[in-house]
Amino acid sequence: MTGTTTGVRPAPVPAVARRGRLPYVPVLVLLGILVVAAATAGIAFGSVPLPPGQVWGILLHRLVPSLVDPAWPPVRETIVMDVRLPRVVLGGVVGAGLSVCGMALQAVVRNPLADPMLLGVSSGATVGAVLVLVVNVSLLGAFSLPVAAFAGALVALLLVYFLARTGGRMTTVRLVLSGVATGEVLSAVAGYLIVSSGDPRKTESALRWMLGGLAGITWDLVWIPAAAVLLGTGALLGVSRPLNLLLAGEEAAASLGLNVHRFRAALFVLVALLVGAIVAVSGSIGFVGLMMPHVVRLLVGADHRRALPAVALLGAAFMIAADLAARTLTAPEEIPIGILTALTGGPFFLWLMRRKAAR
Amino acid sequence: MRETGTPATLRAEKVSVVIGGRALVQDVTFQVGPGEVVALVGPNGAGKSTLLRTLYRALRPTSGRVLLDGEDVWRMPGRRLARRLAAVLQETPGEFDLTVYDVTAMGRTPYKRAFQGDDADDRRIIMDALESLDVADLAEAPFDRLSGGEKQRVLIARALAQGTGTMVLDEPTNHLDMRHQLDALQQVRRLGVTAIVALHDLNLAAAFGDRICVLNAGRVVATGPPAAVLTPALLEEVYRVTADVHSDPRTGIPQISVMPYGRSASPGADGRPPK
Repeated sequence: MTGTTTGVRPAPVPAVARRGRLPYVPVLVLLGILVVAAATAGIAFGSVPLPPGQVWGILLHRLVPSLVDPAWPPVRETIVMDVRLPRVVLGGVVGAGLSVCGMALQAVVRNPLADPMLLGVSSGATVGAVLVLVVNVSLLGAFSLPVAAFAGALVALLLVYFLARTGGRMTTVRLVLSGVATGEVLSAVAGYLIVSSGDPRKTESALRWMLGGLAGITWDLVWIPAAAVLLGTGALLGVSRPLNLLLAGEEAAASLGLNVHRFRAALFVLVALLVGAIVAVSGSIGFVGLMMPHVVRLLVGADHRRALPAVALLGAAFMIAADLAARTLTAPEEIPIGILTALTGGPFFLWLMRRKAAR
Repeated sequence: MRETGTPATLRAEKVSVVIGGRALVQDVTFQVGPGEVVALVGPNGAGKSTLLRTLYRALRPTSGRVLLDGEDVWRMPGRRLARRLAAVLQETPGEFDLTVYDVTAMGRTPYKRAFQGDDADDRRIIMDALESLDVADLAEAPFDRLSGGEKQRVLIARALAQGTGTMVLDEPTNHLDMRHQLDALQQVRRLGVTAIVALHDLNLAAAFGDRICVLNAGRVVATGPPAAVLTPALLEEVYRVTADVHSDPRTGIPQISVMPYGRSASPGADGRPPK
């Protein structure tokens, strides 16, 4: 019997060595630098290359005109401010949003293999988008496409919600199955609409939308997903402790004071709305929401209080870089970004997994 | 010593649980007094876990009430109950790379508001809890990689970190070797908390329970001090085994030895069991 241990004070634990993983603040700063670097590159490169110094000159001049003298042709300012910056901002927003959604969803269904595209919401958005692109349902001019996509996402959200929730309970298995089934049905609908259109140009535009892309974004639109992602990430940070409890399991979470079924349902709605708002402007971009949370857990651990801010930054940097590659690798043609995220993401993910297994 | 809450009186009043038309728990009434340790025993499927689930708010009883110091636990906010009653369960965190520290830190959740971080007190409570279960040196280890026994001890540490006056423990000695079985239960006793512990090992139940509550087919069939409850007649009725109960000469605690099937109390003349 070792009753002696209780009387002994544990040695004070040094703050830095408290966790076995990398020190948190430096990692967060590094990720922040990564975002800034990716954004700078994203603005500098393109059909008209700009020196990075000039990029920052233009941005600073816009913020504080007295700080920098404009020594560049006005057209460059237009390129930076109206073409590339909104696209970089959107990339950051989409990447951060999908990544935090993926992390939250993985906790909600308690399965590290969950991806935001699993919810069925993105398929709903696809049906909405296809209706505009192929069937020419167009009520709101330039906003028709994102609005229809978001409406489709909402329909899918409601379907999945009511299929998954019975008698005040929402189990993880029902949530996943409802999401997958709804997604399959809606994908079939979208597929039928595309195939039956008979117009190759419409088919191509629909296919491109489905594979994801950030082209043609304007300031008029970018603020909506940006606000959604900002608010949504803030809300998720607020519930990061309950998110941790979900990892402990349903019963343990209940015994620690969480109303599991209500919390899970609320989180599903929050994440689905966020995914809807993101997919409506970017199409369904897979792999980011699955992969970024894994990378971040390897870096800073699974505690959501630490992992959520980190995953938002990493996701933003990754998506900005991926979009840069999508529009420069085969210029003037653009590669759908969903293809790039899957092509680069898959092997990277496998490498990480193998490395972890070997450790 | 560690901050635990005030030990409360935990009472189940005519609790029944019916799932899919089957009565898993029927009309169970019992009371655990402040600081008392009650061992809940019974054969597989007797309804032990189901009954315990109604206590820590994982399963609402079909009828009846669960009272903590006279207050219906199903009518109070979950967080408030979690500050007064902790549970040690079989369920463990899955494949998410949580460290032992992370898992134990969850015990502090009921005390925290949104955006509120862990302070020095929380960290000390968490490390104390790990220390007293002999797993402090594993604080940075991934919970996933631990042995079954180490996991079990970490989950008890989490309940300690919850700082409650009452604990519900469902088979807390599963996967533990003899020394750690004794340690874990001793730890619970030493805290002085009100505790109800589901146990399979009747000798452990006799050694650590102030009283034993026997559940069979969803009903309480006996409650009382170990020596009064654990009789050959009851073991025959509930477990369908022939057992010998004798009192340990040093401690006076009842000891149970079970006769294997097909053996009589005295072996055959050749020393081998009769065919």
